[in-house]
Amino acid sequence: MGMTLAEKIIASAAGVDSVRPGDIHTVELDLLMSNDGTTHLTIDMYNKLAHPHIADVNKLVWIVDHNCPSDSPKTAASQKKMRDFAKAHGITFYEGKGVCHQLMMENHVRPGQLIFGADSHTCAYGALGAFGTGVGCTDYLYAMVTGHSWVLVPESLKFNLHGRLNPGVTARDLILTIIGQIGANGANYKAMEFGGEGLNTLTMSDRIAVCNLCVEAGAKTAIMEADQVALDYLAARGRTPKAVFHSDPDAVYAQTYDIDLGSIVPVVAKPHFVDQVVPAMECRGISIDEAFLGSCNNGRIEDLRAGAALIQGWKVADAVHFLVVPASGEVYRQALSEGLLKTFMEAGAIVMNPNCSVCWGSCQGVIGEGETLISTGTRNFKGRAGHPGSFVYLASAETVTASAILGEIATADQLPPVEG
Amino acid sequence: MAETFTARIWVLGDDIDTDIVIPTEYLALKTVNDMRPYAFSPLRPELAAQIRPGDVIVAGSNFGCGSSREQAPEVIKALGVRCVIAGSFARIFFRNAINNGLLLIECPALRPDVVDGDEVTVTVGKEIVCKGRTYPIASLSDNLLEIINAGGLVKAMRRRNGLD
Amino acid sequence: MGATFIEKLIRRNTGLTDAKAGDIVTVNVDRVMIHDIFIPFVKDKFEEMGFTRLWDPDKVVLIYDHLVPASRLDDPRHHRIGNQFAAQYGLTHVHRSNGICHQLMTEAGYVKPGDVVFGTDSHTTTYGCVGAFSSGIGYTEMAAILGTGTLWVKIPETIRIVIDGVLPENVASKDVILRIIGDLTAAGASYCALEFSGSCVEAMSVSSRMTMSNMAVEAGAKCALFTPDEKTAEYCEVPLTEELRTLHGDDDARYIRTLHYQAEELVPVLACPSQVDKIRPVSELAGLEIDQVFLGSCTNGRLEDLMAAAEILKGRQVAPFVKLIVTPASRKVYLQALENGTLDILAAAGAIITHPGCGLCCGRTGGILTDGERVVATNNRNFLGRMGTSKVEIFLASPATAAASAIAGRIAVPE
Repeated sequence: MGMTLAEKIIASAAGVDSVRPGDIHTVELDLLMSNDGTTHLTIDMYNKLAHPHIADVNKLVWIVDHNCPSDSPKTAASQKKMRDFAKAHGITFYEGKGVCHQLMMENHVRPGQLIFGADSHTCAYGALGAFGTGVGCTDYLYAMVTGHSWVLVPESLKFNLHGRLNPGVTARDLILTIIGQIGANGANYKAMEFGGEGLNTLTMSDRIAVCNLCVEAGAKTAIMEADQVALDYLAARGRTPKAVFHSDPDAVYAQTYDIDLGSIVPVVAKPHFVDQVVPAMECRGISIDEAFLGSCNNGRIEDLRAGAALIQGWKVADAVHFLVVPASGEVYRQALSEGLLKTFMEAGAIVMNPNCSVCWGSCQGVIGEGETLISTGTRNFKGRAGHPGSFVYLASAETVTASAILGEIATADQLPPVEG
Repeated sequence: MAETFTARIWVLGDDIDTDIVIPTEYLALKTVNDMRPYAFSPLRPELAAQIRPGDVIVAGSNFGCGSSREQAPEVIKALGVRCVIAGSFARIFFRNAINNGLLLIECPALRPDVVDGDEVTVTVGKEIVCKGRTYPIASLSDNLLEIINAGGLVKAMRRRNGLD
Repeated sequence: MGATFIEKLIRRNTGLTDAKAGDIVTVNVDRVMIHDIFIPFVKDKFEEMGFTRLWDPDKVVLIYDHLVPASRLDDPRHHRIGNQFAAQYGLTHVHRSNGICHQLMTEAGYVKPGDVVFGTDSHTTTYGCVGAFSSGIGYTEMAAILGTGTLWVKIPETIRIVIDGVLPENVASKDVILRIIGDLTAAGASYCALEFSGSCVEAMSVSSRMTMSNMAVEAGAKCALFTPDEKTAEYCEVPLTEELRTLHGDDDARYIRTLHYQAEELVPVLACPSQVDKIRPVSELAGLEIDQVFLGSCTNGRLEDLMAAAEILKGRQVAPFVKLIVTPASRKVYLQALENGTLDILAAAGAIITHPGCGLCCGRTGGILTDGERVVATNNRNFLGRMGTSKVEIFLASPATAAASAIAGRIAVPE
């Protein structure tokens, strides 16, 4: 019987010929990513071990991005613990260089790898044909000490993409639409595999946005075949694949969906769940206090280009804070050199250092009671962006930027062309 | 009219800055009462809970230096502190205290002689007596007494606007 | 007998031709500044006082800087109240994310030479860099000014500071003012005006002077004054009239103290934890390991500061495990630094470049530290607990010293 992409990676990591959904296998991990959200807890547990040991320090990547720069003595203490530990053990360490998943994509992930991340959005790595999944710090610690872990082989869902997205419609709209269709637990414990000829039309940035958000449908991982687009991205960064897998024609999927990319329209996920998806037009006119363009989901150069192209010649609405947060230092410098940061700053936006910002909702632009945010972030749970009595709408870079300009939820086509 | 009172004292050093009196971290709390537990916390985290209404703070020179935060005198007043006796006061703090009706007394000689828990007897505008020793103090200038007598600047303005 | 700068300025403002130090006078306020931490309190007091309109909305500037970006759930409330206040009383000068209040007041032209300006922030002394009398006040007095346009002040005595000569290349105006504060001590200029003059001061840019007037409050000063000259006029976009030229202290005026410095003798210095007047030469502390460097604030977050750091950081890297946090003082500074390549140099060196605002200096976000950590910072205060716990050591320094230290990962003398 054939295997899906996820099954093939697990089989490879487990050193077996084939695996089937429901099997539990011991696997060897290729990379272990952890960020300042939880690493201090992992270190506390590590220090209590009878025989503390790191299986392979080269597999560890630690990243400070959530509260960055630190916003309280408490986060400063957590980060110091992490920094000191990384320094003492020679762990690859980033601080202030960007959002963890973006840094992993830019610098570490290779097709065919099995990667644990102590962060739910680790599923983003599927955009490069890797099996990335989020774990808690106990799982993380075990893998860090032994180099291994156990994995329950998930069932796979197949999403066959056809055609191409219309102008003004983004991969963000695509994945939000899919989550709206299958629901916030529609892919619980499952792998979401994307394929079909429509996949070829998606850029790496698009693919990361799609895979990254799959956890919002409950997915254990999201995965795409590493095609030429992926291999080019990898080669440009001086990396090679570990292995390029293809799903077998007779692979078994729990369910198959056919998605016509041409039918996707700009959408918005309403408070307080990611699957509360409606056409963006239906939300027009809802007054906003803050807009956020950034995050591991939509803070890449392509997203900033889209936002900058729209806001050129416009100003951010009075009394609206428009946060523009490049996802990494590389994106920041690229946006700087392309003049995008200038465009945003001249328009009145708040351009921040690369960090998780209001998507994490603990500092760096939190919103207050009764306030409304429109965001390219990953989640719109109650209180996610600050006060429990606030409201978060999720949308694409275009929709967020248009809303920032008009001071209310708006679609890009509502902006008349700028004269001259 | 020479007002006299006796009080227990808490003794602090020189250059007690406004960030010590109330750290920036707590300035966005809704009310000054909410800030009370954090008064003096960088220096003596336990002090705010120890101070009882009617107590007096005795400090060295340049008390209240630093920022213009009016929460500094307000939080001291909210703790019930009867007055602050210091070697000298920083300018903005001095104005803010007067405007909020917090009594400040300059008396550089007192602090070297006292410790936490001593008692002082203060006769406003005249002298401080502590452990048998008398320390003369100056009286406040007329324009400041006017504000204090009006009950602070807010009340003075309300009177001006015909409200009281 | 001649008059001091502040006496002349007050006479000009009040029409009292013989006003002198020690007199209590009522001044006519030319401009006021309120920032986001205090606007809710100002509003409450203003309304409690029974005022129903601002004395002159055009003279009032509201600036959000301490709480931008919001880092606590209650922060946005301050902005909401500010927006409401602005709408209700017809305030048009509102800056919601353009940078630090003191930078904006001078940079955006709200303050002119000879003006009398008050702000709800102690570093309001900054505007003396363009020859304005400016000082920090509390929110109750601010509320009273909003209703009346006036405030009583006691005309301060003046300490005259004369600095002649040319500064060594690695010595900045920050080193000069730190040295002066060390000599005066933290209370040494309490209630006084500082008046700066001498060939070294004349050669300084307005930006460098701003660093000095900004920090004068750390010696307790009520204000710090620089005589308006061609540079001032150009910066403020006003003509340098004969009348403005008269705004300087006369040699035969009464000064309670005069300090003389020879620029060539000055060296890079640090203010050591946790008093601004604990000054030591950088060379004496060189080699001390650090965890973080902060380049920013109303003291040293301007273009020339960023450029001074970039010159040292160009082609080099911040030491491993050390953070360099750069917070430009304003949107304009950010854009200037972006356009002339400074930001790219800093970013390439590994700096964390934040949005303009008070950032770490006001200790609410932007790189808070914890027990046992040491930071070299270009801002104005190193008080206990100012940037985190009370076991954080803060060393105040010039941008050049900060940059050199960031590369070394240790306190280092800029070369």
